Amino acid sequence: MSFIRSQILVCAGTGCNSSGSATLIKDLDKELKKHSLSKEVEVIRTGCFGLCELGPVVIVYPEGTFYSRVTSEDIAELVEEHLVKGRVLTRLVYHETIGDNKTISINDIGFFKSQERIALKNCGIIDPENIDEYLAYDGYKALQKVLLEMEPQEVIDTIKGAGLRGRGGAGFPTGMKWQFTKNAQGDSKYVACNADEGDPGAFMDRSVLEGDPHALIEAMTIAGYAIGANEGYVYVRAEYPIAVKRLAIAINQARDYGLLGDNILDSGFNFTLDIRLGSGAFVCGEETALLNSIEGKRGEPRPRPPFPANKGLFGKPTVLNNVETFANIPSIIRNGSDWYSNIGTEKSKGTKVFALGGKINNTGLLEIPMGTTLREIVYEIGGGIPNGKAFKAAQTGGPSGGCIPSEHLDTPIDYDSLIQIGSMMGSGGLIVMDEDNCMVDIARFFLDFTCDESCGKCPPCRIGTKRMLEILEDICAGKGKKGDIERLESLAIGIKSSSLCGLGQTAPNPVLSTIRYFRDEYEAHINEKRCPSGVCTELLSFVVVEEACKACGICKKKCPVDAITGEKKVIHNIDQQKCIKCGACIEACPFDAIVKK
Amino acid sequence: MKKSIQELEAIRNKTIDHINLRSGKGGYRVVVGMATCGIAAGARPVMMRLMEEVQKNSLVDVTIAQTGCIGACRLEPIIEVYSPDGSKVTYIKMDEEKAIKVVADHLINGKIVNEYTATTIDGKVVDPEMQ
Ligand SMILES: Cc1cc2nc3c(=O)[nH]c(=O)nc-3n(C[C@H](O)[C@H](O)[C@H](O)COP(=O)(O)O)c2cc1C
Repeated sequence: MSFIRSQILVCAGTGCNSSGSATLIKDLDKELKKHSLSKEVEVIRTGCFGLCELGPVVIVYPEGTFYSRVTSEDIAELVEEHLVKGRVLTRLVYHETIGDNKTISINDIGFFKSQERIALKNCGIIDPENIDEYLAYDGYKALQKVLLEMEPQEVIDTIKGAGLRGRGGAGFPTGMKWQFTKNAQGDSKYVACNADEGDPGAFMDRSVLEGDPHALIEAMTIAGYAIGANEGYVYVRAEYPIAVKRLAIAINQARDYGLLGDNILDSGFNFTLDIRLGSGAFVCGEETALLNSIEGKRGEPRPRPPFPANKGLFGKPTVLNNVETFANIPSIIRNGSDWYSNIGTEKSKGTKVFALGGKINNTGLLEIPMGTTLREIVYEIGGGIPNGKAFKAAQTGGPSGGCIPSEHLDTPIDYDSLIQIGSMMGSGGLIVMDEDNCMVDIARFFLDFTCDESCGKCPPCRIGTKRMLEILEDICAGKGKKGDIERLESLAIGIKSSSLCGLGQTAPNPVLSTIRYFRDEYEAHINEKRCPSGVCTELLSFVVVEEACKACGICKKKCPVDAITGEKKVIHNIDQQKCIKCGACIEACPFDAIVKK
Repeated sequence: MKKSIQELEAIRNKTIDHINLRSGKGGYRVVVGMATCGIAAGARPVMMRLMEEVQKNSLVDVTIAQTGCIGACRLEPIIEVYSPDGSKVTYIKMDEEKAIKVVADHLINGKIVNEYTATTIDGKVVDPEMQ
């Protein structure tokens, strides 16, 4: 091996891949060859860094220079400047929107500074397709420790002591789940991983699979040893092709090194791992529906009890955990339960990964200690809200969660405080909304999703969500009636208490929480037929601002239904009866003389 | 091929040296001035020689990086050696022979090669040959 003086890390996660990182890698190789630098500079594809908004992301080490939005056209200059001449190419360096000083090293970026990475510790750092790099970062040391030095019960006690709770949504204590499964009677047992990741906007599980697949393999093998299982399944959605490919490569490498298979590390313990693909039905993320789907049945939930710990996959005791939950396990085993339980809050230990999106400057993936406040997430890590707009609410927990208004910005984010304020952790989607978002419209959006994704097995969910959606659609269309809010509330209570699975039991949450905090917006829609945020088109009228109108006739030509009257030099007017609110006139007007009211 | 625990450990050790480039090593950091002036004065062979020597002597915790114009073009090729404690020594008018000596004396034995360093008078770097 020759001396490598520099390494170029190119993000090859799904986000950056779709913004062109695959071509970048080819172009880099070509340019490096051209300058005869191939032997001293190495190009490495890594998993997601978290700042997908800025992709494709390229980091050059040893300096750690963080380049963002790199395109093929930039590569020749980048190689010439940085690698031949050793000058940082400042025009491509990521700079924070808060200050105007360009940041040179990745560690200086505020987005990364407040983070504490455990589950994502290797993402963006190692080459996920090279087991040796995982090994170098203490990979498979936890497995070694468990197999050679620990009894299964000690492993479970360590996880219990760490206080790790499930990251897939419900927050059930992981150690207890493992204990129930260990104690359950069965001639065979299974370990299953939920990588279905159905929450719209969440992508932390994908990032772990793409950026650090061996962590999952190591953790699942440890779980197998702890509960007495010799087989595991990872249920991944087929819409994650890169994740599936990297996981398959990793499983093969682990098998090749004898870290999966028979007699692992000469301990006498056997464990195999298989991948099962899901087709992207939201309900298949629910644990019993997922087990049905792995068994080749229709992805419909089963009644619980019996819980999977007693009767899971193929009727055998099964541990099912989320990807992020598993990703914490190797670090906990290596560093001990005390180390982990010192991070976070009293009842929510460790860190949580959030997918930050919506009206926020730094969209992306971040991992922070439990108990961080929403304010820190939005204003420090997230870099605030674009265009000087005001924060209105943050949505957490996806379709099962709720909206947190600004009066709760200082709430520490953990499982219990989120439930207290009417939302939930869910899988970690966090969507920031500003004054331009209509809360009734948001509730309608989520109900539309759950109604669509309801599997239809139980009537409260199948029919109830449909009825709620109809009411919400009416309200948004200006057809809201007195009593609609109460009708929504009573339907919500019925659906929550009588649905078979978590999908129906939580589907009304987005509606309930927006009614709780933004009742005035519902009332404005219903009573005054007005959308205060100017989102619900049916409730808006398009009008000409007379002072601004230059009577040029451009809008008149654009209007598809001839709703605009007026001549040259005669101020225009929009006939509200004819107007279909398509917005073509607003786009066409060169003087911003048409507004939505 | 199935690996034993010893073999896994060997892979870890071998790979970590390679990866350390990304996590910041504990050892010396050598920065070579590679702007137009440096390259014109012959910085590239100096850097290649440095890399070769570092490799040959298995100095796994040494980082070699390049930088732009330090601002003293007439003294190029310039290299600067940063110690783990942050202190810095600047060597000027380097060539391949000098690079070998800097690796042997400074990077391996911790002895600064005084005759190649820049002298400053009133905060200005002085060309040793002009003194
Ligand atoms: C409708 C619905 C969808 C779900 N989707 C997911 C999912 O995509 N990923 C996930 O890990 N858990 C999902 N869950 C939660 C799982 O049922 C289960 O609680 C979780 O996988 C257990 O793992 P954990 O204890 O590690 O969190 C979903 C639950 C429901 C009700």
